[in-house]
Amino acid sequence: MLMNKLTLGLLVLFCSSVSLAAIDVYQFDDPEKEKRFQELAYELRCPKCQNQNIADSNAEIAKDLRTKIQQMLVADKTNPEIIDYMVERYGDFVLYEPRVKPQTYLLWYGPALFLLLGLAIILWVIRGRRQSKESTAGNGVVLTTTEAKQLDALLNTKKGKQS
Amino acid sequence: MIPEIGEFALIIALLLSVVLAVVPMYGATTANEMWMSYARPLAMGQFLFVIVSFICLGYAFAQDDFSVVYVAQHSNSQMPIQFKLSAIWGGHEGSLLLWALILCGWTFAVSRFSKALPLDMLARVLSVMGIIATGFISFLLITSSPFERYLPRFPADGADLNPLLQDFGLIVHPPMLYMGYVGFSVAFAFAIAALLSGRMDAAWARWSRPWTNVAWAFLGLGITLGSWWAYYELGWGGWWFWDPVENASLMPWLVGTALVHSLAVTEKRGVFKSWTLLLAIFAFSLSLLGTFLVRSGVLTSVHAFASDPERGFFILMLLAITMGGSLTLYAFKAPSVKSESSFSWLSREVLLLVNNVFLTVMAVTVLLGTLYPLLIDALGQGKISVGPPYFNAVFVPIMGTMAIAMGVSVAVRWRETSTETVLKTLWLPAVISLLMGLIFPFVYGSGFDMRVFLGISVSLWIISTVVSEFIGKFRNAQTLSSRLSQLSMSYYGMMLAHIGVAVTAIGITLVSTYSEERDMRMAKGDSVELAGYQFTFQGTQVVKGANYMADQATIEVTEDGQSVVTLHPEKRRYNVKRNMMTEADIDAGLFRDLYVALGEPLNEGEAWAVRVHYKPYVRWLWLGGILMALGGLLTAADKRYRKSSRKQESVHA
Repeated sequence: MLMNKLTLGLLVLFCSSVSLAAIDVYQFDDPEKEKRFQELAYELRCPKCQNQNIADSNAEIAKDLRTKIQQMLVADKTNPEIIDYMVERYGDFVLYEPRVKPQTYLLWYGPALFLLLGLAIILWVIRGRRQSKESTAGNGVVLTTTEAKQLDALLNTKKGKQS
Repeated sequence: MIPEIGEFALIIALLLSVVLAVVPMYGATTANEMWMSYARPLAMGQFLFVIVSFICLGYAFAQDDFSVVYVAQHSNSQMPIQFKLSAIWGGHEGSLLLWALILCGWTFAVSRFSKALPLDMLARVLSVMGIIATGFISFLLITSSPFERYLPRFPADGADLNPLLQDFGLIVHPPMLYMGYVGFSVAFAFAIAALLSGRMDAAWARWSRPWTNVAWAFLGLGITLGSWWAYYELGWGGWWFWDPVENASLMPWLVGTALVHSLAVTEKRGVFKSWTLLLAIFAFSLSLLGTFLVRSGVLTSVHAFASDPERGFFILMLLAITMGGSLTLYAFKAPSVKSESSFSWLSREVLLLVNNVFLTVMAVTVLLGTLYPLLIDALGQGKISVGPPYFNAVFVPIMGTMAIAMGVSVAVRWRETSTETVLKTLWLPAVISLLMGLIFPFVYGSGFDMRVFLGISVSLWIISTVVSEFIGKFRNAQTLSSRLSQLSMSYYGMMLAHIGVAVTAIGITLVSTYSEERDMRMAKGDSVELAGYQFTFQGTQVVKGANYMADQATIEVTEDGQSVVTLHPEKRRYNVKRNMMTEADIDAGLFRDLYVALGEPLNEGEAWAVRVHYKPYVRWLWLGGILMALGGLLTAADKRYRKSSRKQESVHA
């Protein structure tokens, strides 16, 4: 996070401080639109800055995009329409939530796949392990007898008897 | 003169680390006790000389020796002394030196506090750490020496440290984080030593476990501090950004968490040994990968640290050698590792395995999300961004499911537990947490909210299962105190850490649902209402700091006419670099923060842009992080790691 702050520090240098993000100049006729405005501003990436959404960015372009979103919301555009508009101009880069398409299948479905794979491995391990039951001491015992013997053997070697 | 001594000390440290990497290791393979016994003094010597080097750099900072390039670039004579000293790790070279210092510190600690360790094991462990130190110190000396000079002409004053870093956060956050990152090198060294010697038994896990837990605790503390720092310093009230650099620290933490659990199973039950070894290798490799990603500049091209492709290449080579070497060794040795005991479907072993799968998948997901834009770009498929909406969408369900398993795991015993017993322990916590989760959004918020219901239920589930398990332990106890002292320290540590997870989860749920913020244009006398609080702007005044001038606003906060607090957010202009900094002011509380940041003056200073936040339960995020870390430390402090192994063994055999 230290480096994160350095990045941000650089951004402060590059994107000249125009204002601390949006000031309440964006007027909406209903609060639902204001909420959508905030959501959109948080999910769109400032195209010029390194890694900032357009709500937090001070850059001119972020300010322009905020104004654009506000205008489109007032003109009763839907969220998908606004997002399409942004992607058309600035590419997929502006989307912090990448679209599901062939290039991003691995990104979106990968985690579920890994999870299934992991759970399958667990099942496989348990099936194997249940075959070989052996009697060892019950709960609360820290070392099984076999382990204790091994530990004992280990401690003996400590006295210089190396294999 | 002093910087040259620093450089020279570093060269001696390098030579000692080379000897440490070779001699004790050779002694261990040839059973030469004398050669093995060199390990301890070498570890000490290496540490001493890196300390000397570090002190020399600190001295150069304290004395404003701007003939040293690194000092001139990261300090200034006007800076307060505490920031001059913490500026040692404010840049690339110095943070690497801190890294080396901590590495040698860990090496020295291992050499001191492992009396129970057989000499050949100790020799191997210290040698492996010597190899790592050789890599890092030569990296320092070859590509990033902090002692280079501007000669014969040097600047009259330094270029100043980035104002964002002139803060208490810089003093504490990087050292904590590095303690964690580098601490995993101990777990790594133990794993490699175990593979080399062929002794991968419960004893190995017992030796390695306290070190791993301490490292894990430090890493968690470092991440927590970083999150808190970003929150109060950046001025927009966020606490986690899913930034690549944050992800770089989260990955080793997730794998480290898996390792901490897996080591517990290996120690207690002697199973999953090869998996534990693999996790130990990966926890450290991910720490190195994080360093590579951050320092090489592949991730963010305009990165402050990422100046030099040569450095990136060097770290990539270190990473390749570390991973390639250790995985090859693993491939040859690990299949011979046998587990001795069995368990059934409903056993703590299985649940810990589930925990490991979930944590590993989370780590892989972070890796995937962080590297995916690079991958797509490299394949010529265009530029995409992967940000918070993606990570939240993927993480929340995985974490939620894991939290449910966490609750079950505390009620389940090793080896085998009957379904009946589990249900008997768990039905009450389940009912309580679901009910409370259902009621909470109605009482606290304005109506039902699915996220709050799930978040609160799951968190209370974790807490209530731990509590019910704890109470269950007293059912057959003769006296309270006898039972309390019977429970091991590591049991208390586990409980504390699990409650920490729940506390963090409550914080995340509530702060992301019930936060409110307003961006306002405020002139003197204006006021704004937020979450029942009235914020009134009383104007600004000019304040002079050590190396900055600031406009300081006065904002009165009242609730129902009663005064709550007066906040003084600042807009600072630092003298040297002339850059502006927002210094937010926060009224912190256990149940809510009031957060005010000052923007830019509007209309020639008649009015100001002001951002006001109401952040409920935000402290719980970090409180939970601290509890988790304390849990880790408590576990490491368990008596059984301090007793001599022989005594311990005779108790249980």
